[in-house]
Amino acid sequence: MSLGDSLRIAVRALVLQRLRTMLAMLGVIIGITAVIALLSVGTAASDSVTSKVSGLGARVIDLTPMGQSGVTLDAADASWLLRRVREISAAAPIISGSVTSYQGGKTWSTTLIGTTPGALAIEGRSVAIGRDFTRSETANDASVAVIGSTTAKKLFSGSDPIGRQITVDGVPLTIVGEMQTEGTSQGFGQDPDDEIVVPISLAQDIIGTSDLSMIVASARSASYVPLAVGHLEAVLDTRFGTTDAANVQSAAALGSTLSSITSILTLLLAGIAGISLLVGGIGIMNIMLVTVAERTREIGLRKAIGAKNRDISLQFLLEACLLSVTGGLIGAGAGIGGGILIERAFGWSPLIDWQGVTIALAFSVAVGILFGLWPALRASALDPVEALRSA
Amino acid sequence: MDVISVEGLSHTYLSGSLRVAALEGVDFGIPEGQMAAIVGPSGSGKSTLLHILGCLMQVERGTYRLSGEDVTKLPGDELARVRGTRIGFVFQAYNLVPQLTALENVELPLAYLGTPRRQRRQRAMQALEAVGLGERARHRPFELSGGQQQRVGVARAVVTEPSVILADEPTGNLDTASGQAVMELFRDLHRQGRTIVVVTHAPEVAAGCERTIHIRDGRVVKDARREGRPRDVARG
Repeated sequence: MSLGDSLRIAVRALVLQRLRTMLAMLGVIIGITAVIALLSVGTAASDSVTSKVSGLGARVIDLTPMGQSGVTLDAADASWLLRRVREISAAAPIISGSVTSYQGGKTWSTTLIGTTPGALAIEGRSVAIGRDFTRSETANDASVAVIGSTTAKKLFSGSDPIGRQITVDGVPLTIVGEMQTEGTSQGFGQDPDDEIVVPISLAQDIIGTSDLSMIVASARSASYVPLAVGHLEAVLDTRFGTTDAANVQSAAALGSTLSSITSILTLLLAGIAGISLLVGGIGIMNIMLVTVAERTREIGLRKAIGAKNRDISLQFLLEACLLSVTGGLIGAGAGIGGGILIERAFGWSPLIDWQGVTIALAFSVAVGILFGLWPALRASALDPVEALRSA
Repeated sequence: MDVISVEGLSHTYLSGSLRVAALEGVDFGIPEGQMAAIVGPSGSGKSTLLHILGCLMQVERGTYRLSGEDVTKLPGDELARVRGTRIGFVFQAYNLVPQLTALENVELPLAYLGTPRRQRRQRAMQALEAVGLGERARHRPFELSGGQQQRVGVARAVVTEPSVILADEPTGNLDTASGQAVMELFRDLHRQGRTIVVVTHAPEVAAGCERTIHIRDGRVVKDARREGRPRDVARG
């Protein structure tokens, strides 16, 4: 019997048993949907992290005190490093702490950042309305602040915050600028748009410490980053006499670390989804065994009128493959659609992992063959005399 | 020449731990164009004989020649080929594939032979018309009466132009009128020169055949031909 004829018989059998066909495919549909959606979302997440970091942040280097051996950094260290390390063109001290802000009866818990003018530029951020605070305001301990868009929304509910007053842990501040929205593109952790940025001396007063949480520096160009990291480490070693004074890390390195973590998580999730695909395959095998048992008499008849064992096994194998491939195609459609929806919800640019789609579909064919083979061989091994005798 | 020729056919089967003889040295030949009935009570071994004649079962001892070819020791796939080309089965329970139309059921043996689609459609249609069901070609089995289903079964048996038509209690599930119609169909085929073997325990079915082979306890106990005197063979 030709392949076309066998295929027609298989399609006919599946169409006649619509409900059972749907249920048999469900496992594979869910499995493939999960694999493809997770792979797409994971890839999009990791891409988003990488592009964010490699865009404006390619020159950024973070120095984070490790708190070991009692070493702390202060604002003077930032300017000292800028003078000593030629590979960096800017360095800004960062001090941060949790504070509670008040405005017109509204209360909002947020993060207070104390720094020098220009820190925003190093991190690749900018002021959307108003202005950054100035060098003289920093020197004069002026009570001015630049706020993130989330903070502005929470405290001013959409009205223009420039020139208005807020109180942060009892200290009155005047808003001079609002930052450009960064978005939630990092995906994890805190909202980068929820912060109040003030001159560093003011922040020291409010938080009550002059210990920096970090120094952000900017290499002269992206190609200087590795040199700058090495030089900064060496200079810190000699200044503090320990290699553990601060962790020097470029944003690019951080980005690749983050994206490799995301990739591992993605593979892990896809692996779990792959297991559900395997369970779907077992579902198909189950249905195929029932089908073979139900159609024993038909199998006997087909053999009696000239079907070879190969004709019988091919017919049932094709049925199993059609189930898994159709399930795979439906799952691929749902996975692509679902992935795009999730990516939109996170504000990432939609991305379809075509390689993942191809692998998942190939996997669904393999599942059909693997789990269809045993029922098919059982069918073809039936003794025609016994099969014809069955009721 | 004999279409069917069996010599010293013996077969045993296991019943629990006991080996029971189903056939003990059966010999007979059926010449081309004959319509013969094989009769016997249940347990006589006639079902085993039918399965061997239909190449559904391998012969344990003895030889079986079908159209001159020794099919005794053929492997499984070769037996399938012999079933597809030389034998046309008609079953008591019709055994039509429920999801296929009458026409497609008749086409099925040709499909397994690899006959091109157009040609097999044409031949199947002719076979259906020959049994008077040309109008019902597009109907599925459940839309047909028992008698009609059996006629589709007969069309399916003859569509491959087999050497022999093997019918197993072909009227067993039918009322008298439908049964007679089906037997009339067999006699038509017989008149066209086809070789037909009917296995039955219905005397009226056997009476319609020109020869009756009686089986009891795995042996041929009587071989009666309507022309000439019936004679006892009781050999083996």
